[in-house]
Amino acid sequence: MSQLAIEVNEITKMFGNFTAVDKVSFGVKQGEIFGFLGANGAGKSTTIRMLIGLLEPTSGQAKVGGYDVKTQTDLLKKNIGYMSQKFSLYEDMTVEENIHFYGGVYGLSKEKVKERKKWVLEMAGLQGRDKSLTKTLSGGWKQRLALGCAILHEPKILFLDEPTSGVDPVSRRNFWDLINELSSQGVTILVTTHYLDEAEYCNNIILINAGRLIAQGSPKELKTEHITFPILEVETDNVVTALELLRTQPWVVEISVFGTYLHVGVSELDLGKNAIRLTLATKGIQIQRIEQIVPSLEDVFLHLLEQDMKKVAA
Amino acid sequence: MNIKRVKPIIIKEFRQIRRDKRSLGVLLVFPAFLVLLIGYALNFDVKHISVAVFDQDKTQSSREFVRSFSNSEYFDFNYSVQSYEEIDKLLDEGKVLVVFVIPTNFSKELLAGRDAKLQILVDGSNSNTATTAIGYSNAIVQAYSMRIALETLARSGKELYVPIDLHPKVWYNPELISAKFLVPGLIGFILMLSAVVSTSLSVVREKERGTMDQMMVSPLKTGEIILGKTISYLIIALVASVLVLLIGYFFFDISIRGSIIWLYVGIFIFLLAALGQGLLISAISHTQQVAFIISVFSTLLPALILSGFVFPIRSMPIALQVISNVTPPKFFLIVIRDVILKGVGPAAFWEQLVYMGIFAAVTLGLSTRLLLKRAN
Repeated sequence: MSQLAIEVNEITKMFGNFTAVDKVSFGVKQGEIFGFLGANGAGKSTTIRMLIGLLEPTSGQAKVGGYDVKTQTDLLKKNIGYMSQKFSLYEDMTVEENIHFYGGVYGLSKEKVKERKKWVLEMAGLQGRDKSLTKTLSGGWKQRLALGCAILHEPKILFLDEPTSGVDPVSRRNFWDLINELSSQGVTILVTTHYLDEAEYCNNIILINAGRLIAQGSPKELKTEHITFPILEVETDNVVTALELLRTQPWVVEISVFGTYLHVGVSELDLGKNAIRLTLATKGIQIQRIEQIVPSLEDVFLHLLEQDMKKVAA
Repeated sequence: MNIKRVKPIIIKEFRQIRRDKRSLGVLLVFPAFLVLLIGYALNFDVKHISVAVFDQDKTQSSREFVRSFSNSEYFDFNYSVQSYEEIDKLLDEGKVLVVFVIPTNFSKELLAGRDAKLQILVDGSNSNTATTAIGYSNAIVQAYSMRIALETLARSGKELYVPIDLHPKVWYNPELISAKFLVPGLIGFILMLSAVVSTSLSVVREKERGTMDQMMVSPLKTGEIILGKTISYLIIALVASVLVLLIGYFFFDISIRGSIIWLYVGIFIFLLAALGQGLLISAISHTQQVAFIISVFSTLLPALILSGFVFPIRSMPIALQVISNVTPPKFFLIVIRDVILKGVGPAAFWEQLVYMGIFAAVTLGLSTRLLLKRAN
């Protein structure tokens, strides 16, 4: 068994009577990209803030890089990097000045800062713009500069809190290339996101809902383990009516709208196909296309969230 | 605490302040400008009171009497009127504050050695000025009466006997110029305002932008962040205080009688207290608007009303006298007036330094703790 970079054991955070994070446990292996998924307000940021020493857990333990998040925050902070969705840069300072500031705060030597500055400028594609004010940079550049500043001190563990929110798709793509590169160099990365396509890049994922962990595993495991029934993608000329009609059928396990298509989980493949055709025909709804698909992570998470909601309601 | 980690914060603060022309203005130019503006506007000296005379007597002695007034700089004889209707009009329109009415028999009565009557009409809508004007008039009339009495006695070969002869001698501000009293107070008031506003905004801005979290995740200790901020803003506020003192010297003729070193010891501790208050406000506010409003209310009103800047603390109700202790300018005002006007040493104001030191220690300590706990 490889050593765990992050070990979380029943960590809990209460704000007054509200339980933001409820006995969450997971482990992150060294060098892996670990995805942390959940809706807004599910407790992702709160969990991260506990792991980086900004918030004290109400109960439970966590070790990051071998350091206890409650008692060894000083050592912990020296060995981790953190980047938030706010791209915490000083907008009224230049690219170079931001790098110098964070370098100074982490106590890097002058030579080291110089060396790392060169690396960051190259990584972020900011060569020749080191004297530009940060506020003049586009979102993607700010994002890469913020990442650069967060890893100036070459931490072995990196926390990214929704690092791709508010940047264009090309920048998102480039950013994930950087993440993959860091991971291949042995950096452990814990990343929160609510883009499910990004979750596919992760080695392992956990999903939390209302502060509770509801699933974990690799993307492949999650897709095969949790969805045991076939899923049909149905393209019709009237999604809304079709959804209403099919929702109440006993042979429909799950149904949801994906863009202009319906994803219908059925108890049995051929039976399901025919039943859908027949049911929709009664109301004169045309079917353009109906075929079985490999469930996406989105299907899996919607399924899991629904299960969880049923469990809570019961 | 590691000084090496404080340095980048100080460098960063100066870079940001230099780029942000508005906060640079608030920190440096605004205090000097306000002292200049308020120093001229806020003037309790009553001089050049506009006066009308209704001389019904029209004799040599009545004219002589009027001249005795016009020789002083307190009164300006702007109008000579011929009827009560004119007086009404001038007073109503606020063109004059004081009217002297000399009755027809003024010189006759004087010559006859009887009491001559003189009527003074005063616009009492500003009670302060009215009281002062009556006081001046009284003094001048008395001096004039005394002279006539002396002359009369001299003619009859007697000398006047004055039971008590008062010789006032005013210390520290012999000309009783109110600017000399007000400007040092103004310095405290304005430095307080700009120091509290600027520090509280600077920390809350970092909270809003997320850079505060970024610093808290780094090896920086909260105390180091606070120290970095304090040192930066202290240096700037000290520069602002030099500008303000120069304005006082060149425009209001206020020179420092006492030790400039002790003055700066006082300013230093006072600014620490002000910065502490600013940081404390920033620790409890989440947006710049909230921080700004709390800063202005918690400095402007107490520093104006409770510091003894304008209203003497001794004449306040006991409850207010107790409350007045919450505002550092109260203590600083005593120090700065002692050093600038009286030229006395620390023996006279060491207690004030201790009070301000305690205030600074409590606010700085508390804001460090609150910033640390904030997230929890």
